[in-house]
Amino acid sequence: MPDSAFHWSSLAPAVAEIWLAFAICAILLTEVFTGDKRRGLIATLTLLALVLGAALTVRYGQVAQRTQLFDGMYVADELGYALKLAGFLIVAVGLLYSRRYLENRSILRGEYYVLALSALLGIFVLVSANSLLTIYLGVELLALSVYALVAFDRDSGVSAEAAMKYFVLGAIASGALLYGMSLIYGLTGTLRLDAIAERLQNPLDPGIILGLVFIVVAVAFKLGAVPFHMWLPDVYEGAPTSVTLFIGTAPKIAYFALTLRLLAQGLSGSTAEWTQMLAVLAVLTLLLGNLVALVQTNIKRLLAYSTIANVGYILLGFVAGIPDGYAAALYYTLVYVLTVLGAFGVILLAGAKGFEADRLEDYKGLHRRDPLLAATMLVLMFSLAGVPPFVGFWAKLRIFQALWESHHLWLVIVAAAMSVVGAYYYLRIIKLMYFDDPAGAQPPTTRELGLRLTLSVNAAAVLVLGLLPGPLLDLCARLLH
Amino acid sequence: MHLLSILIWLPICAGLLVLLLGDRHIGAARWLALVATLVTLALAVPLWTHFDSASALPQFTEHLAWIPRFDAWYGLGVDGIALPLIVLTAFMTVPVVIAGWTVIETRPAQYFAAFLIMEGLMIGVFAATDALLFYFFWEAMLIPMFLIIGIWGGPRRVYATIKFFLYTFLGSVFMLAALIYMYVKGGSYSIAALQALPLSLIEQRWIFVAFLLAFAVKVPMWPVHTWLPDAHVEAPTGGSVILAAIMLKMGGYGFLRFSLPVAPDASRELDLLVIALSLIAVIYIGFVALVQQDMKKLIAYSSIAHMGFVTLGAFVIYEIVRNTGSATGAGMGLDGAMVQMISHGLISGALFLCVGVLYDRLHSRQIADYGGVINSMPVFAAFMVLFALANTGLPGTSGFVGEFLVIIASFRASFWYSLLAATTLVLGASYTLWLVKRVVFGPVTSPRVAALKDLNGREFIVLGALAIAVLLIGVWPAPLLKVMQPTIHHLVSQAIATKL
Repeated sequence: MPDSAFHWSSLAPAVAEIWLAFAICAILLTEVFTGDKRRGLIATLTLLALVLGAALTVRYGQVAQRTQLFDGMYVADELGYALKLAGFLIVAVGLLYSRRYLENRSILRGEYYVLALSALLGIFVLVSANSLLTIYLGVELLALSVYALVAFDRDSGVSAEAAMKYFVLGAIASGALLYGMSLIYGLTGTLRLDAIAERLQNPLDPGIILGLVFIVVAVAFKLGAVPFHMWLPDVYEGAPTSVTLFIGTAPKIAYFALTLRLLAQGLSGSTAEWTQMLAVLAVLTLLLGNLVALVQTNIKRLLAYSTIANVGYILLGFVAGIPDGYAAALYYTLVYVLTVLGAFGVILLAGAKGFEADRLEDYKGLHRRDPLLAATMLVLMFSLAGVPPFVGFWAKLRIFQALWESHHLWLVIVAAAMSVVGAYYYLRIIKLMYFDDPAGAQPPTTRELGLRLTLSVNAAAVLVLGLLPGPLLDLCARLLH
Repeated sequence: MHLLSILIWLPICAGLLVLLLGDRHIGAARWLALVATLVTLALAVPLWTHFDSASALPQFTEHLAWIPRFDAWYGLGVDGIALPLIVLTAFMTVPVVIAGWTVIETRPAQYFAAFLIMEGLMIGVFAATDALLFYFFWEAMLIPMFLIIGIWGGPRRVYATIKFFLYTFLGSVFMLAALIYMYVKGGSYSIAALQALPLSLIEQRWIFVAFLLAFAVKVPMWPVHTWLPDAHVEAPTGGSVILAAIMLKMGGYGFLRFSLPVAPDASRELDLLVIALSLIAVIYIGFVALVQQDMKKLIAYSSIAHMGFVTLGAFVIYEIVRNTGSATGAGMGLDGAMVQMISHGLISGALFLCVGVLYDRLHSRQIADYGGVINSMPVFAAFMVLFALANTGLPGTSGFVGEFLVIIASFRASFWYSLLAATTLVLGASYTLWLVKRVVFGPVTSPRVAALKDLNGREFIVLGALAIAVLLIGVWPAPLLKVMQPTIHHLVSQAIATKL
């Protein structure tokens, strides 16, 4: 059975990571040799790398069944495959939206793209992790890249402050994660998640529960669940908007995978314990996220609290503690990322050189100045509010359904009530765009045809997936069964 | 033939087309909107003529897989309850488009598009035979209405429209939770399956309360009615017409389609709650209407009072069965509720159009700004008086039939219910006729009133068509009652059966 002979083809399931690591080196070198002269080149190369990566993944990365690589440190399955393709797509679209903004802020440099790619590599490692070490590797690769991205505008004091906060708090969370992992490792004697799942049995050792607490804290920090959410609004507001877009989209997929692989799969023996912990966190998150979002005046900060609120719903999917609940959480995450991607795209396009368009009042009368942007934002906001015919409705419906299946009456009531509170601040943005008159003279919005087309497709996807939700719902359910 | 699908999607597609034409080609957009609503109305005619009024089963059914995973179907069909409401929807959208023809100056293309899209969604609500599809249309409809009030409304439009949205959203979310619960339990979203799903009394109570939240807000019932006067006052004329004529009916429709058959035991147990709220609406809101200074607000309160008859008629059946021991006569309450919905749709829509006619000329809705309108607008005055009398329930108009049936039915239940309900004859007459007296009759109060121009051709056609409909149902309600008969009969048997 042990085939000691090494075949290159056995690495095929990890093609996405391998290609990305190669692309990062190549782009970094290109950047060194071309310097600042041809800035557009790096952006184009990066997009090309992402498209090629997706193509290679489709060609070679598919696996018929769950396969373990690298001595069980790494797992390739359908879920990882789908999430990686989603990662390529989201990062590519996000970078596309960002380019003009980076130019306007004079931070269009090669390093930006390299950091984004290495963050994506971290996401991929997390998505396919099957060992505590791999998880930690992915978490840190992603986090370190993102810290640097937040501080990318060296001249901005706000960005530097946000990066510092993020880094310090993130380091504490990493510490908690490591400590929790060390306890689990010490008590089970293995780093591999599938082995841990086998060795955990009732009654649980109190040490395992202690480790679990630390791990839940770290996961909650990464997701931005209350009371570990403090970094999120400051980072969202302080980072350059294109970085906020990045933080707000692709990493959410990774943290979904982190929660799934670590808690739902690795520590499945303690589901009863961690669902209780997450239930408390989810309710707090829903309450605080929605209520504090009501009073924001900065749209990035508002979307930060909206993120927190939405994380509450994702957590509720996990709280259900059944595969259907995890599928609901996955569906919610994908839908949320798709919607928020467009929303930040609108913010990026609404801005101009020297004009960030990050205050809510900057959106007054947007409908008159740029009907397409306003209509796009309208669709996205109604989707976030969970109103049909947009896809956000199905995401909420799926969560409610999972909660009913696991008999959580009170959580259904809290989630339903909070979705009404949430609707208010999304409506407020629509109100500003459609019901108010423009406030003073504002620079014109970005009118790049390609970008606007991408954004329209993004909004159209939110509508079409809302009208015909079947395929994506089926996919999410299949990935988790 | 997919008649129902065409009725739903034709206006929606036309609306999107109007949106694309935009304000630059507003002439074409307007005509397209009018033609689309007229075609929709014309297509609603075969729906009525080909309807088999001997059957209680859904007809013109369509059944397409929508979300196989949830066993949710794109299922459409009409029975005797849905049919009149669909026809009413198709009928009432035409005057809205005509009434907005030249009056809407800002973003007119979007205005027409919003109403067209809303027409399709509203027909979808009544035609859906799948609860998920029903909810889909039910909620989606909030979007165009939110924009209509918010963009073309009056000075406090933002407050009014957000209040409207959040109120209805709050109610609906709990209905959704209840629907999902029943799906998880029974494995199907089909309305027929939900109606047949066995539920314990405790489950029924929760579900009944969830439905009550959704439908009571929509009807609206006291004390969750406060969004309606605000929304009506701020909405443009067309918005008010659709709101009063169709959207309120969805609440009543929901009670008949969901509350009674899905949770019959809880309905029986809690019927006094609904009856009490209905009587409060009839009496208390009647008094509130009496003191209004704003014409639209007065009609809005009058709508709440009249919708009280719908909920009274729907729930009085349990008291009838309890007091007389038989179900005979119970159908009359539901008949009355249905006729009252159709009639109120026509009359309140017409009254809002009348106010719109005045508002377009003087830009005021204050009763005090008018007086002696009959001197300068005799034709208009004739219409206004006719609709006002219909609103008071004058025999010969549609307003009489519904109220009369409900009062008779509640008499079987209890003398006191019918006595309290009958106060509407006094109260309704008081506030409506006093309104007419102050606005239409009396001495001419200002030179501006004296300079008013009478109805133009467009307005005449609109009000004339509504007047004919009101009188037709008033003198000859038999076809309407006949169409509903088997469905109402079936509904009574479902509502008084027990699921325990």
